[in-house]
Amino acid sequence: MISPMPATDLAIDVAGVTKRFGDKTVVSAIDLSVRRGEIFGFLGPNGSGKTTFIRMLCGLLTPDAGTGTCLGYDVRTQQRDIKRHVGYMTQRFSYYEDLTIRENLDFIARLYAIPDRRAAVERSLERLGLQHRSRQLAGHLSGGWKQRLALAACLIHAPQLLLLDEPTAGVDPKARREFWDEIHRLAADGLTVLITTHYMDEAERCHRLAYLAYGHLLARGTVAEVIATAQLTTWTVTGPALPALAARLRGRAGVEQVVAFGNTLHVSGGSAGQLDAAIAAVRTPAHEWTRVRSGLEDVFISLMGGAEDNFS
Amino acid sequence: MSGFAFHRLWAVVLKEFIQMRRDRATCGMMIGIPLLQLTLCGFASNSDPKHLSTAIRSADQGPFARTLVAALRHSGYFNLDHEAATEAETQRLLQLGEVQFVINIPEDFSRKLARGEQPTVLLEADATDPAATGPALSALNALSATVFNRDLTGPLAGRRARSGPVNFSIHAHYNPENITQYNVVPGLMGVVLTMTMVVITALAITRERERGTMENLLATPVRPFEVMVGKILPYIIVGYVQVTLILLAAHFFFDVPMLGSLPLLYAVALLFIAANLAMGITFSTLAKNQLQATQMATFFFLPSILLSGFMFPFRGMPEWAQWLGSCLPNTHFLRIVRGILLKGNGLAEITPEIWPILIFLAIVMTIAVKRYRQTLD
Repeated sequence: MISPMPATDLAIDVAGVTKRFGDKTVVSAIDLSVRRGEIFGFLGPNGSGKTTFIRMLCGLLTPDAGTGTCLGYDVRTQQRDIKRHVGYMTQRFSYYEDLTIRENLDFIARLYAIPDRRAAVERSLERLGLQHRSRQLAGHLSGGWKQRLALAACLIHAPQLLLLDEPTAGVDPKARREFWDEIHRLAADGLTVLITTHYMDEAERCHRLAYLAYGHLLARGTVAEVIATAQLTTWTVTGPALPALAARLRGRAGVEQVVAFGNTLHVSGGSAGQLDAAIAAVRTPAHEWTRVRSGLEDVFISLMGGAEDNFS
Repeated sequence: MSGFAFHRLWAVVLKEFIQMRRDRATCGMMIGIPLLQLTLCGFASNSDPKHLSTAIRSADQGPFARTLVAALRHSGYFNLDHEAATEAETQRLLQLGEVQFVINIPEDFSRKLARGEQPTVLLEADATDPAATGPALSALNALSATVFNRDLTGPLAGRRARSGPVNFSIHAHYNPENITQYNVVPGLMGVVLTMTMVVITALAITRERERGTMENLLATPVRPFEVMVGKILPYIIVGYVQVTLILLAAHFFFDVPMLGSLPLLYAVALLFIAANLAMGITFSTLAKNQLQATQMATFFFLPSILLSGFMFPFRGMPEWAQWLGSCLPNTHFLRIVRGILLKGNGLAEITPEIWPILIFLAIVMTIAVKRYRQTLD
């Protein structure tokens, strides 16, 4: 449980942030505050504007509208200061594959003019368990090691805010878990982390979440808050001939999602009454129906469906 | 393994064509480069260069002198566009490369000719490029036998025959033995620098963008100017290594004379290297991928070889080609290098060739910085 902090302790505090490319609005009037020391999850389908929003936070892009601060610096005018105190890990590995791990870290350390550079590089290698590989070319590393290197590189200047854009895409479960343990250690030391992901298990490891679709922020809060606000009703059903049952359920009023999970179907809808009526129409004793708590994924899919109607 | 299947081959062929069509710039270059090469080689190249700038210093205004001048003009090789009064003036014109030839007609020319004394006309040539002067000199010899046939009539008809009524004495300046290497080796300096400097830097920023490292770089406090200059500086050193290698080879293997000041040459080379690097950086901000960048570099490189006076004598090219060539830094650098090495030119003589390079550098650098800024947002 995070104790409420005064407003001055916000690492990110922006309002009405908007970005347009040509006549396409990629990020539309987003308000967001993230407390210092918080791990904030940023979710949303591909192309929802997550990367663009992050680029505005770290000073790579200037918002077309909106105001706000990142680490107390104005996101429109103090981009240089922001860059000095933010660590940004891009979606794609973006260090030099033809440099060794040490050379990459050394290069980044020089760009930030870190005092006692050698020691800083050494510390960073050590913390991420990269010492024995320091002379290996970055291009020869596996996905998991590349990700570690990228994390080490964006931490080398001791940033106060870490912006991670899908850092665990294509990384195996064990490496993902280690990565998240490291993120939690860093947050415990006071680092603020904003992280985008498509994995629900990762979303649940964040202190708070926000869900973005078509450039609009659709939900925010803790996992429990997001699920509660969505007011989604979900049933599971087991029994014979599930594909046929699924086909009969789809398209009925009140049924928003019918998803197969192995030998179970998840059936969700925004209106409990309508959903109950739809289920009653197909319900037979052959199947076992149970009402369950909606999962984060059910909620997000439902939000996305709603957003499609409203904004696309 | 199943054997060859046409439908699989066809699938690959189709895919290649689709990809080719998607990459507009590459497509354009594939058509553009051969067209450019055809135009430049086909129309601009000329192994029999005519209309070469010539200065005339005539101390005789007599009818024979006028006939000679008219005949030279009609030969098509000499463009009598300069007149000089003193020897100092003619030497200056040759040194600056303003003229290819100087024709000196002595004051007693008409009188001697009438007397059958075979007057001597001194023809001075800037022979740095033997290809430029050779054909004109041959034409001159052919001309001397017949030029006065119309004037030498009646009592003077007897002067026609013999070994020609006029004696042309030819003085080839700067490269008297007509050694092609003297011209080609210094010229190579500009060509090699253009080739490597433009290609290397054309890839510099495109590579960062293609590999995604650019985004990372931009997220750090490093400024665009720092990135650009940081990318240029190492290659200036590479450029100097190349200059040194070529000079060493020119001296030890080709015995190219080095009359002028080498420090001056090194100083001017910096300007030329910078111009090429700026061109490359501009290409790399324009190109979408490394292939396009390489093609753009080729597009620049071809005229730099063909129109600069490296491949063909500059003054022998048609006017439009000379005009185009004058926009290229290599054209001016070639003159500077040849001027310094072969003619012993100093700063004063090469200044007219320096400012075009400076203008080029300024324009291209402006485009590069502007384009780079735009890629930020």
